[in-house]
Amino acid sequence: MSYLRKVIAIIAKDIAAELRTREMLSSMGVFSILVIIVFNFALELTERQIVLIVTPGALWVTIVFAGMLGLNRSLAVELDKGCLDGLLLTPVDRSAIFFGKALGNALFMLVVEVVVLPLFVVFFNVPLIQPWVVLIVVLGTLGFAGVGTLLSSMAVNTRAREVMLPILLFPVAIPELIAAVKATAGAMAGLPMFEWQQWLSLLIVFDVVLVTVSFMVFEYVVEE
Amino acid sequence: MIEVKGLVKSFGPTIALRGVNLSVPEGQFVTLVGPNGAGKTTMLRILATLSRPTMGAVKIGGHELPQGAAEVRRHIGLVSHQTLLYGDLSAEENLRFYGRMYTVPDLNARITLVLEQVGLAHRRRDPVRTFSRGMQQRLAIARAVLHHPSLMLLDEPYTGLDQDAATRLEAVMSTVGTEGRTVVMTTHDLDRGLAVADRVAILAKGRVTFEAERAQLDSAAFKEAYRHYTQ
Repeated sequence: MSYLRKVIAIIAKDIAAELRTREMLSSMGVFSILVIIVFNFALELTERQIVLIVTPGALWVTIVFAGMLGLNRSLAVELDKGCLDGLLLTPVDRSAIFFGKALGNALFMLVVEVVVLPLFVVFFNVPLIQPWVVLIVVLGTLGFAGVGTLLSSMAVNTRAREVMLPILLFPVAIPELIAAVKATAGAMAGLPMFEWQQWLSLLIVFDVVLVTVSFMVFEYVVEE
Repeated sequence: MIEVKGLVKSFGPTIALRGVNLSVPEGQFVTLVGPNGAGKTTMLRILATLSRPTMGAVKIGGHELPQGAAEVRRHIGLVSHQTLLYGDLSAEENLRFYGRMYTVPDLNARITLVLEQVGLAHRRRDPVRTFSRGMQQRLAIARAVLHHPSLMLLDEPYTGLDQDAATRLEAVMSTVGTEGRTVVMTTHDLDRGLAVADRVAILAKGRVTFEAERAQLDSAAFKEAYRHYTQ
């Protein structure tokens, strides 16, 4: 119970700071809207079949790039004034710090996705607001935020951290993103579940593996 | 309270500490001085469990590091030249967050008390980024003592403060931060370091090259020793 309270305290702290500045959500939100508009005008999709093929990829590109902005900002806040040291000084299990930061990052990504999904429906005229798609988006976000939190805590100590994070994160997250795109495409197109269930299963497996490995090595990443 | 034997810390090919030996009994105030790059901050980061020793033994309150780090953290308060405070949160929100992380009992009353002690009760709801550097350092002391630590580690706490702010911080430090606690402080300010300490040590080129009780030293002798041992 005490462990959970610490995790919640970290999430609540991040929410309180974000509510005051709105820096992370506004930058992620504006970026997402711009990407959707660019995709919409650049691709000019008219054929229904092509729209259904292209939209899942465009959706996940929007989610991961917006997420990247949030991850960079989230750990930069901890680095400012040595706050990460302040966190590490507390007698709290390192995994609680990892889960607090990862869940906070996932929460901010999900808030942006609440805006992004309806915008995709409006701009691309695709049936994204349905339970399976929402579940896939949530699962993909959790895995991405988990491994992203680990890698951003590595990148944050490097000189070129904004550049370093995507270089570290994309190779690791690509298998999960492929599974997420394929599962989203299947669910969105209304295909029978057996045709895309293996991608959903793969997404869940990647989520479990990425989050487990991330929380196991987090302690070694944040300590000198 | 603190036993350091043959402590070595290296960062790749760079050796920051080359076999430091230091013993600090409970309740003693030790000032560690030395030139830039002598290893003072590295030493304090290891004592604060933020960095792992490469070689050697470090024991705090009977707990060996890094194995006993989790237990040691409950008893450590750190004030450094960085405040470890979130600029976008208010003073009260910062203390409430750290209080939850340390599971401080009766947290509301404790926050009110420490804010009054450091003279910031009237600014409790203001974002920390609106505070002056001196006020932020006083709040950093409040954060560091919130959980009643028995060991205070002070890493250049006066850095970036003007004379008035440093004097005020020193007053707060002596009444709130260090009273009745074991203290290790690093500083460049020889006079201030000597004035508050029970014992002083000079760290140069990764080693403790000089140690003396304060009673055995006056300011001139300390400065002469500093010049001699840091050349």
